[in-house]
Amino acid sequence: MKFGLLVSEGPYTHQASDSAYQFAKAALAKGHEIYRVFFYHDGVNNGTRLTVPPQDDRNIVNRWSELAAQHKLDLVVCVAAAQRRGVMDAAEAKRNGKDADNIAPGFRISGLGQLIEAGIQSDRLVVFGG
Amino acid sequence: MDQEDQPPVAKRFLYVNRRPPYGTIYALESLEVVLIGAAFDQDVSLAFLGDGVYQLAKGQDTKALAVKNFSPTYRALEDYDITKIYVEKEALVARGLTEADLVIPVEAVTAQRMTEIMEGQDVILSF
Repeated sequence: MKFGLLVSEGPYTHQASDSAYQFAKAALAKGHEIYRVFFYHDGVNNGTRLTVPPQDDRNIVNRWSELAAQHKLDLVVCVAAAQRRGVMDAAEAKRNGKDADNIAPGFRISGLGQLIEAGIQSDRLVVFGG
Repeated sequence: MDQEDQPPVAKRFLYVNRRPPYGTIYALESLEVVLIGAAFDQDVSLAFLGDGVYQLAKGQDTKALAVKNFSPTYRALEDYDITKIYVEKEALVARGLTEADLVIPVEAVTAQRMTEIMEGQDVILSF
């Protein structure tokens, strides 16, 4: 089955991102396809490479980046939600006159249309958080 | 029209709004999804449950909160051909509201009917 995932809460505060990650991992292990993972609301904070969790805790952001590298996952951070919350790639930072970017490897910034398209293209759109 | 020119079959999208308009950003960012999603020519419905009915209440004054009153934007939904707006009847009654207190025309439905509406959807996004 082809799944789209929506993650609508930030890392650590809420279990949503952990659950979405475990779901994606389990689905891929069963041979299912993850069409896209879309990060919205505070979920965009899952896409900053500047998080430094304690060493004895899971690293939520790195975990997504690694899963994306292994399975060529499409991790999309909503541009409008990201701008509000200070999540930027190099192009966005330049366009908005900011002195730094913080997008984590494997993530890309794009529009809300990518969420709708994931709903259209996937057999199931599964929402985590919200 | 040739077979090849037929538009792809639309999916039924339901946006479920459960939270009050202010206090969190969910209501505003839900509306942003709805407006962007309108460009995709899908079969779109909106549902307002629980405190979510306050999103449509007339006379919102956010001056003291220093946040933008975005309730007038709901009136633009009609321009995007989004006209299936369902509001949970019990939620209105529990809050002393009627359809006349809302900024746009809606269809007030029982919670029981709302479950049937949800049952008939392909994609449900809940905010």
